[in-house]
Amino acid sequence: MNQIESITGTCIPLLLDDIDTDRIIPARYLRCVTFEGLGEHAFEDDRKQDPEHPFDKPQFQNASILLGGRNFGCGSSREHAPQSLIRWGIKAIIAESFAEIFFGNCTGLGVPAVCASRDTLEALDQTIHNQPEQELTVDLLTMKIKCGDQQFDCTLPDNARAALTSGTYDFLAQLLQSESEIKEQAAGVPYFSSFA
Amino acid sequence: MSSTKNLFDKVWDLHSVKTLDSGQDQLLIGLHLIHEVTSPQAFEMLRERDLKVMFPERTIATVDHIVPTLNQTRPFADNLAEQMMSAIEKSCREFGITLLDVNDSRQGIVHVVGPEQGLTQPGMTIVCGDSHTSTHGAFGSIALGIGTSQVAHVLATQTMALGRPKVRQILINGELGPGVTAKDVTLYIIQKLGVQGGVGYAYEYAGEVFDRMSMEERMTVCNMSIEGGARCGYINPDQTTIDYLKGRPCSPQGDAFEKAAQWWLELASGPDAKFDDVVEFDAADIEPTVTWGITPAQSVGVSENLAPISSYPEEEQTLIKEAFRYMELEENQPIKGQKIDVAFIGSCTNSRISDLREAAKVAEGRHVSEHVRALVVPGSQLVRKQAIEEGLDKIFIDAGFEWREAGCSMCLAMNPDKLVGNELCASSSNRNFKGRQGSPTGRTLLMSPTMVAAAAINGCVTDVREMLSPATV
Ligand code: SF4
Repeated sequence: MNQIESITGTCIPLLLDDIDTDRIIPARYLRCVTFEGLGEHAFEDDRKQDPEHPFDKPQFQNASILLGGRNFGCGSSREHAPQSLIRWGIKAIIAESFAEIFFGNCTGLGVPAVCASRDTLEALDQTIHNQPEQELTVDLLTMKIKCGDQQFDCTLPDNARAALTSGTYDFLAQLLQSESEIKEQAAGVPYFSSFA
Repeated sequence: MSSTKNLFDKVWDLHSVKTLDSGQDQLLIGLHLIHEVTSPQAFEMLRERDLKVMFPERTIATVDHIVPTLNQTRPFADNLAEQMMSAIEKSCREFGITLLDVNDSRQGIVHVVGPEQGLTQPGMTIVCGDSHTSTHGAFGSIALGIGTSQVAHVLATQTMALGRPKVRQILINGELGPGVTAKDVTLYIIQKLGVQGGVGYAYEYAGEVFDRMSMEERMTVCNMSIEGGARCGYINPDQTTIDYLKGRPCSPQGDAFEKAAQWWLELASGPDAKFDDVVEFDAADIEPTVTWGITPAQSVGVSENLAPISSYPEEEQTLIKEAFRYMELEENQPIKGQKIDVAFIGSCTNSRISDLREAAKVAEGRHVSEHVRALVVPGSQLVRKQAIEEGLDKIFIDAGFEWREAGCSMCLAMNPDKLVGNELCASSSNRNFKGRQGSPTGRTLLMSPTMVAAAAINGCVTDVREMLSPATV
């Protein structure tokens, strides 16, 4: 796994609160057996209703950092949501806060989902609207967001940060190492042995 | 023996295999439920890495999201749905997992089927690639929704990596008023604490109100923990839990049941149990509750008017304005009397036999308003069968409701049951997000199944208490 220490790229602003996973990827696109092709449907229904939606604006098409509001990714556990954002080109998300399952899904897929204050988000939003070509860097080693000569604090829970920066965010390999411990643990749980 | 450990901590510690380098725990999973939507990519991950399922007997599959509720004969008319069915059938065969498919009399919504079969038991860790897995917490288990990658982790290792949440006790004592249901309790909690209030927490629901609830009512409450932002929610096991589980097909039998029951009771948080936070409400303050907006916290008591935008904190006002715009509702208007187009009784929140019985009491001898399309969708084939035995299907059909086969139906837009255009739907489901019920401009009012039945009959949002005979309230 890659060690993810920082993400640099241009940014797409979507500074709305309570963006739920049904909006990120409408349920009809969950009728699939692979995640391929989900990128183009990200925010599809919102985009249809809002001709000004940032995901349709030419200046944001190459963005890799998404700016969100409070409680980003609430609702369904569908991994299709981060998968569609990744396939659209997103590599990191900065928001005021995240819903937990969505956050866990992002981390497991190697997408840092960092929190920043409302003031920071509004300052970044302002900058991006004025200069869409401005690159940002989300630095997980210093927990700073760099934007030109400005610098802002951001936060990420220690365990997610450790997993990303050490390249161990895909836990499967680690989990597989403990096969004998898993079986031992199971033997001590009454219902695993039918209360015998 | 009095312990300061609450149930959550006892169950977590029992299942924690080790602490990983990241600081998260590797947690052993007792029951893994899967459905057709979030599992195909997980099986693909196993194939790519040439892995097996470590404990195939601890995973049970069913199909619910994409199944049509009018005609369940295979192949399904919808090609994509048919493909997903074939995918889960193939994977279950290949990896040795039991699948309750549409031809199986036990099929239904995964969160209805688990408890009904006695698969869901106290003290278990339960996961499913579905956020409403929190439902199973009603039995005193740790029940979590997970993403598809984690589904693969659980299949391959029967464990997953998880940070330990804090535990908040939500205490509600006193008596609920007549006509006030478990759904109203959960909507009320979300209204008070917000959709994000639970982030970082597992919820323990405790107090007289939950003690008195049936298992099905408890499931309704735990089901919507996720809408309040909590990682999961649970209720301590008691005699009600034991009585429910006795004799279920997958419950322990004979002596093992007695042993199990004793262990379950010991898991409950004792009087000295510690919590990271306690929030208390009074049952008497709760009335039948209806959401009016686009998040489950945007709700009012049925007798209230919608609050003016200026009454919200400034940072919330943009969202509130957007909610009014999308819902085509006005500030200060009453919610009662709001005309509806569709009525949906179903979903993993409220599609169990007691939900149908209560709704049928409202529907009996009355008729659905002329302009309303009304659906009753049982949560499982067994619920459906039971309802038919009790004659509930007749009551609904005579009253002008459509009586369907089991599935998720109009709770989300993955099968043919959908809203059209900007239809306004009185719904017993759990999410009122924009577009959730299948039309990008469709609108949802969440409420209890009895409130949905009342709205269907009158053609508008109604205070169900005015329709209940004194004998039933
Ligand atoms: S009924 Fe609705 S919320 Fe429940 S599992 Fe089905 S789609 Fe999800």
